[in-house]
Amino acid sequence: MEKRHDTYGELTPEMFRVVGPRLAESDQMPKKTVSFWKEVWYRFRQNKLAVSGVFILAIIALLAIFVPEFSQYSYRDQLGVYNEAPSKEHWFGTDDLGRDVFVRVWYGARISLFIGITAAIIDLIIGVLWGSISGLFGGRVDDIMMRIVDILSAIPYLLVVIILLVVMEQGLLPMIIALSITGWVNMARIVRGEVLSIKNREFVLAARTLGASNWHLIVRHIIPNALGAILVTMTLTIPTAIFTEAFLSFLGLGVNQPIASWGTMASEGMGGLRVAPWRLFFPAFFISLTIFAFNAVGDGLRDALDPKLRK
Amino acid sequence: MNKNHKILEVKNLTQYFGPPSNPIKAVDGISFHIYEGETLGLVGESGCGKSTTGRSIIGLYNITDGEVIFKGQNVHQIKSKKEKKRLKREMQMIFQDPYASLNPRMTAGEIIGEGFDIHGLYKNKQERQEKIISLLEAVGLNREHMMRYPHEFSGGQRQRIGIARALSLDPSFIIADEPISALDVSIQAQVVNLLKELQEERNLTYLFIAHDLSMVKYISDRIAVMYRGKIVELGEAEEIYHHPIHPYTKSLLSAVPLPDPILERRRKRIPYVHEETPDTAAMHEPVPGHFVYGTEEQVRKWVQQAQR
Repeated sequence: MEKRHDTYGELTPEMFRVVGPRLAESDQMPKKTVSFWKEVWYRFRQNKLAVSGVFILAIIALLAIFVPEFSQYSYRDQLGVYNEAPSKEHWFGTDDLGRDVFVRVWYGARISLFIGITAAIIDLIIGVLWGSISGLFGGRVDDIMMRIVDILSAIPYLLVVIILLVVMEQGLLPMIIALSITGWVNMARIVRGEVLSIKNREFVLAARTLGASNWHLIVRHIIPNALGAILVTMTLTIPTAIFTEAFLSFLGLGVNQPIASWGTMASEGMGGLRVAPWRLFFPAFFISLTIFAFNAVGDGLRDALDPKLRK
Repeated sequence: MNKNHKILEVKNLTQYFGPPSNPIKAVDGISFHIYEGETLGLVGESGCGKSTTGRSIIGLYNITDGEVIFKGQNVHQIKSKKEKKRLKREMQMIFQDPYASLNPRMTAGEIIGEGFDIHGLYKNKQERQEKIISLLEAVGLNREHMMRYPHEFSGGQRQRIGIARALSLDPSFIIADEPISALDVSIQAQVVNLLKELQEERNLTYLFIAHDLSMVKYISDRIAVMYRGKIVELGEAEEIYHHPIHPYTKSLLSAVPLPDPILERRRKRIPYVHEETPDTAAMHEPVPGHFVYGTEEQVRKWVQQAQR
């Protein structure tokens, strides 16, 4: 033990020099700053399937906006040529009433996208607020709000639409009302789960000690940190809504003639399957393509937002 | 330090969690006071209720029983929103984990300026920016750091942002909840020295919560030792460090590692055997200004042991 002490003794003060803290150097940072969203965008771009999904959706949206406006035919014009196969004149053929299927497909895309976007907005407004309030307040408020969600999610969407059709005229409105009643419960559940994990993090406590109101907490801390989960849920709600619309229209509970939607077109196309298969093929194809694209984007977003999940 | 003026008085503070029939007694009836301008160190092992005490005082939890009187006002009985906001500006908190206490989606400038938004201060954009920069500079950062996100900073820098946030509303009293325990040893000194400097400059009062006794002795004027939700010993820092009376304090002090390899080798740990304290236990003052928790007999026995 003594010997060891001697080796320590060999170090003399002359061997050391006080340099002092190099504060100027220690607090310098790399010039470039990468924000969270830039990183997400970078990872998203790596995913080929997701990027092609975005392209497909962009093209479908553009065609839905412009084709019905600028085409020489209208979705309701009966042109006198019935069940004609796809040709130079009519790219997707015509139907049994002599209407141009190409224009009708893009007109139908409007309805589908409209339903999808409406579902997303309802999700955002009702679902996110409901979930954040329920999670943040907790206790009895949370209990009551979540039981309401449980009850609503136990009612099938189809049933709500059929009940609404008893009192209302057939069309888009009952579908949207039914969506507003039941469509957001999934989002509310997911947001609530996120809020429960975020609200006990220290930065939320820090904001509370600064005197933040609950509204301030929701807007500044909880929603920005739950945004990833919200976005992913939304991209998966949209295709579900589109599919539901198509399904209801196929059953004859959707929009009225002569308005086209992919579901009604597929339903009518069923009748002429042997003579004019394109009448079923095109709307069915675009339903599948859109839903596929939305799911690809949703998966891509989820992986980009949380790269740990993938492995 | 102004020994005549008590800035904070805690009387019989009690904080239970869980069902009332079988509660978890996180804080079990503690009383102490803090003088204006002093630092009171609160030490104890993990789970003894140190952080809960801090959070109960600042009003993050609804307390089970007791009173917290800050500048003559009972903190938990303030009803009006205006008064509550005024209190928040007076009393602030620095958090333990610099990685969890900053919102990852906000820049350093937004984090420091958050208090201004909440209290509607510095509405003028330029004035606001200047104030944020002066706060950044006060904690040894600079204006370049304003637009950066928390993940770009090191642990020590993050903790300094947390300190700047706590200072943003010009408080007079700060609860520092283990502000250094998540940091590297080399950075701990930096942050503690910063806290000391700020205390002198701004005449701050600290409640400094930690489990590192040597660090607490360095920064505190007085030390309170907490064990199982109770304060078992309270007194001047030097007195507690050199003349501990309660066996738990002795055991805690014997566990402090020494930076000298020879002394460290000779250091003997004193194990603490838990002694149930009967209901008659209370705070006794065997030496003026030095309080020990226990029954009269226990305290007499401990004082004799300490004198030997």
